[in-house]
Amino acid sequence: MKKYGQHIVIWLVLAFLYLPILILTFYSFTESTMIGAVRGFSLQNYVTLFTEPELLEMMFGTVSLAVVVACISVVLGTIGAIGSFYSRKGFRGTIEVLNQIPVVNADVVTGFSICIFMIVLLHLDKDTYIPLVVAQTALCTPFVYLSVMPRLKMMDNSLYEAALDLGCDPALALRKVVLPQIKPGIVSGFLTAITLSLDDYFIATYTKPATFDTISTYVVNATRGAHTSIKTALWALSAVMFVIVVGVVMVSNLRANEEEDGGDEV
Amino acid sequence: MKRSWFDRKQLAFPYFIYLILFVVMPLLVVLYYGFTDEEGNISFTNFVLFFTNGRTMGTLVYSLVIAVFVTVICLILAYPVAYILAKGRYARRHSFLMVFVLPMWINFTLRITALKEILTLIEGNLAYYPFVNTVICMVYDFLPFMIMPLFNALTKLDKSMIEAGHDLGATFPQVMLKIVLPLSIPGIVSGITMVFLPAMTNYVVLDMVYNSTYIMGSLIGSYFNAYDWNNGSIISAILLMFIGLFTIITDKIMTKEEA
Repeated sequence: MKKYGQHIVIWLVLAFLYLPILILTFYSFTESTMIGAVRGFSLQNYVTLFTEPELLEMMFGTVSLAVVVACISVVLGTIGAIGSFYSRKGFRGTIEVLNQIPVVNADVVTGFSICIFMIVLLHLDKDTYIPLVVAQTALCTPFVYLSVMPRLKMMDNSLYEAALDLGCDPALALRKVVLPQIKPGIVSGFLTAITLSLDDYFIATYTKPATFDTISTYVVNATRGAHTSIKTALWALSAVMFVIVVGVVMVSNLRANEEEDGGDEV
Repeated sequence: MKRSWFDRKQLAFPYFIYLILFVVMPLLVVLYYGFTDEEGNISFTNFVLFFTNGRTMGTLVYSLVIAVFVTVICLILAYPVAYILAKGRYARRHSFLMVFVLPMWINFTLRITALKEILTLIEGNLAYYPFVNTVICMVYDFLPFMIMPLFNALTKLDKSMIEAGHDLGATFPQVMLKIVLPLSIPGIVSGITMVFLPAMTNYVVLDMVYNSTYIMGSLIGSYFNAYDWNNGSIISAILLMFIGLFTIITDKIMTKEEA
């Protein structure tokens, strides 16, 4: 018993984490409208998912929003981290404290506070998408900052100095010498920003235009009574998202391993 | 060195301005709205009402109870897993942690939908056990956030400490309680911060399992729906105080551990 104890713990927790998604994936390929009732094989849910205009619009909207937010966050967070890395200690400390606020703050409070500030106080129109993009960027950028900063600390600073000594312009040196060294941090910051935006419910609810839906807001509304075909099409969406996440994680893991192997040889 | 218009330090300004405008300002505005009445006069009525009203205090207590349950269960489930992954039989398989963290990247509403279907199958009707279902769904949602920091703390732990304990005749429980647990406190603390606060505020999980009792987050949601900015703000301000207090306590513990 003792011999298998550790395996049992690991596999039980894995089952808890994965069984619901796997079972839902299985049922997404059937005609059944609830779990437990086995019916015939069917791709109907996938057809609905990729043909129903409402669902397509929602998926397209969520992904576009995530990409826009992640791009802004990456630019803002990366140059913010570089600037703060070279700034005086006091200024850098201030930025780090402010940067920590959205990380520890509850999403409900972040979303609500930006809604109060931009929509209630400044009367900005929600339909411009500006409050939504600004608010999600405020959530995502700190995580970009946090993933770029360690790379800056690990960086070999003498390379930058050497570039300057050899007559390179500081701006060019930054692009050609510093950026390549912190690239892994930027990439993981981008991926974090994408997933945070895709996952976000609270900030979106408080700042989004009334007619716009992200996956999270759509799913939550669907649980309050949606058409059965929509409900089961969302199972298909879970399956699709599961497969995409597994794919991305595997690819980035392989990449990371290759990089490590390459690093050893140098 | 060559002089140029460009100074690396200036790169910090855009983000600094962004933080002031869209992180600090909104919070100040929330404080302002929380401590004024509808005419804009300074007032502590909302603040006092929160702590004297049975309904809102009940909500605070309910969210604390849920958060404690969720955090403790996450800790009990995550600790053995993190230990086995970091120091046990799975320690050599580096990418195995990834398998436990992966669900974190899938949209949480979709994951909860999946778990909800399973719970419906088992229980017949979710409405029978709203509290239990809420706790199960939150544990399911937040577990990876507990495993990760625990794993990070436990991998850093020097294995020779554990071996020394065993060599000196300590039993397995003694080694765990006297060596491993104290040395992993930073991981435990950051795991708790990752789970406790979302458990107090993530009211979507409650909505999805038809738990009609409110937690702190639901109050903000319902005031938002009623366009009651002042009361919504005071709840946010009270939550901010909790978060601030929490951060100060965890910072204290962390610096004490590092010293």
